[in-house]
Amino acid sequence: MTMKNLYNVSKDGYYGDFGGAFIPEMLYANIDHLQKVYLEISQESNFVAEFEALLKDYVGRPSPLYRSVKLSEKYGAEIYLKREDLNHTGAHKINNTIGQILLARRIGKKRIIAETGAGQHGVATATVCALMDLECIIYMGEVDIARQAPNVARMRMLGAEVRPATSGSRTLKDATNEAIRDWINNAESTHYIIGSAIGPHPYPDMVTRFQSVISQEIKAQLFEKTGDEFPDYVVACVGGGSNAAGAFYHFLDHSDTKLILAEAAGEGIDSGRSAATSILGSQGIIHGCKTLLMQTNDGQIIEPHSVSAGLDYPGIGPMHAHLINSGRAKVYPATDEEAIQAMLYLSREEGIIPALETAHALAILEKMSFQKSDVVVLCLSGRGDKDLNTIMKYLN
Amino acid sequence: MNIRNTIDQKGKEILNVYCTAGYPHLDSTVTVLKSLSEEGVDLIELGMPYSDPLADGETIQKSSQVALQNGLTLNILFEQVKEARQHTQVPIIAMGYYNQMLQYGVEKFLSKAHQSGIQGMIIPDLPMDIYEKKYANLFQEYNMEISFLITPLTSDERIKQADRLSSAFIYVVSQTSITGKKGEIQLHQKEYFERIAQMNLHSPRLIGFGIHDKTTYNTACKYSHGAIIGSAFIRALSEGDMEASISNFITSIR
Repeated sequence: MTMKNLYNVSKDGYYGDFGGAFIPEMLYANIDHLQKVYLEISQESNFVAEFEALLKDYVGRPSPLYRSVKLSEKYGAEIYLKREDLNHTGAHKINNTIGQILLARRIGKKRIIAETGAGQHGVATATVCALMDLECIIYMGEVDIARQAPNVARMRMLGAEVRPATSGSRTLKDATNEAIRDWINNAESTHYIIGSAIGPHPYPDMVTRFQSVISQEIKAQLFEKTGDEFPDYVVACVGGGSNAAGAFYHFLDHSDTKLILAEAAGEGIDSGRSAATSILGSQGIIHGCKTLLMQTNDGQIIEPHSVSAGLDYPGIGPMHAHLINSGRAKVYPATDEEAIQAMLYLSREEGIIPALETAHALAILEKMSFQKSDVVVLCLSGRGDKDLNTIMKYLN
Repeated sequence: MNIRNTIDQKGKEILNVYCTAGYPHLDSTVTVLKSLSEEGVDLIELGMPYSDPLADGETIQKSSQVALQNGLTLNILFEQVKEARQHTQVPIIAMGYYNQMLQYGVEKFLSKAHQSGIQGMIIPDLPMDIYEKKYANLFQEYNMEISFLITPLTSDERIKQADRLSSAFIYVVSQTSITGKKGEIQLHQKEYFERIAQMNLHSPRLIGFGIHDKTTYNTACKYSHGAIIGSAFIRALSEGDMEASISNFITSIR
């Protein structure tokens, strides 16, 4: 057995104790069908060719792997940034939406729904729906609609309808609830493009595979630059976990590469306003999978908080839960304040404005210690234009 | 009497009314259970309010949210049912989500539910396979009946599995939707009810989702052993004279 089998999804959709599909009967037919066809379809040669061509010519892949001189000096290691922010639409999210829209077409779905937190997944979904002429409805929490206004405008411009989720904390969790309810109401016509590595099986695996292009490219690019495919560290932020899943995928079975997750501590782990799931969470069920989530003793899901809409989620992908529980991945928390400082630093020192989500990954570099020869790849998952409102408010 | 026997004995026109525990006020549960019983409903489905009820529409979402804000917990709910049991023997089937059961501890949950006087469970996101493998024996041990859902998209094979595993009744979801839809029952739904009726299933069938008035209730009863009314009842429940609003609503159905 290779080590990959320890961390990858099992035949019935589990990562160790986590994963599975816990869904109401109304969605059974859709999920069952996806489970049966997703691997076969996504591995067909014409699918692969179409997927790769779009990633190259439409998304602009491969995204650069850039050695940051200033970060390398600051932290005393070789620090590379995987520039997913340079993809079309400005984040890694489009890798997955291209894959899923091609799948949706092949299974005959005419209507697309998605949830979004920061709006990057919503924009990426609206973009591929415009490209493929499919109806597109995006669910977004009311709070996020306010704090990520530029992305809301982009989605509308791309022809998508943005529907506010008004229940609960009115953020990503609630947008996901609303999207699932829409899917129940429109099970036959609609494909649900989940943007995070969460949800019932096969979603976590499907999203991870479409995002795995990130680590595939890192290996080739690193080999070209250093003569070695394997970094000592891969660092990524985690909300639901799609960019981390993609950045980790091809390193899962290589134990010399340490996998590091940055999660959102919000106003502090013990502040009551946090989204640090690995510390505050316990095993339970959210959005159709068994994973770590923040909940009360009675199993009620606790409303999270993070300044970054994309990390403002009370759960974590089941693969990540397994990586954390088995010790394969290590998690460091970063507060709102630390993330904002890291965002400002990269902007001023490197001329790159990262997304607030990504800024959490940058912030935890402060908490790690490196040797001079360590090669660190940090997934720069998205650009920060969408966060200017939040930052301007903060600076004032 | 348990749920299955209650349905079997009457055989038809079973009226099962859903209410959310702890709604509209924390201590409303006992009053609502008592009044429903006095109005002669055959079964009561008692909602265990959940923060993220995926299968539920706005009405039940809101009632759940209010109940949780009122401070309802599972322990309080079990105490309330125990108290209500001094006034009514109408079978109660509780409805909630798998995570509530998991966090409470499944065996402790079933034991407490049984002691309080709950006879059955509806857990829409508990997969049938997992129930069969992990929990069927425990449910039996605590005399807890269970109902599984079927929808217009459920395959015959799974309908038979639901028939085999449902010890209370089969919950026939009238359309692929969340709860609380209004409007008349359509021809394609009647065809679906007819198709299920022709399958000669062992378990009695109750139709739910979108049953909201006398007409839809009567139509559902024509094709099954009875119907479940949820959102419409929650909407009709008045915070003022609660008993009168319950009485008026049940009278409007029967």
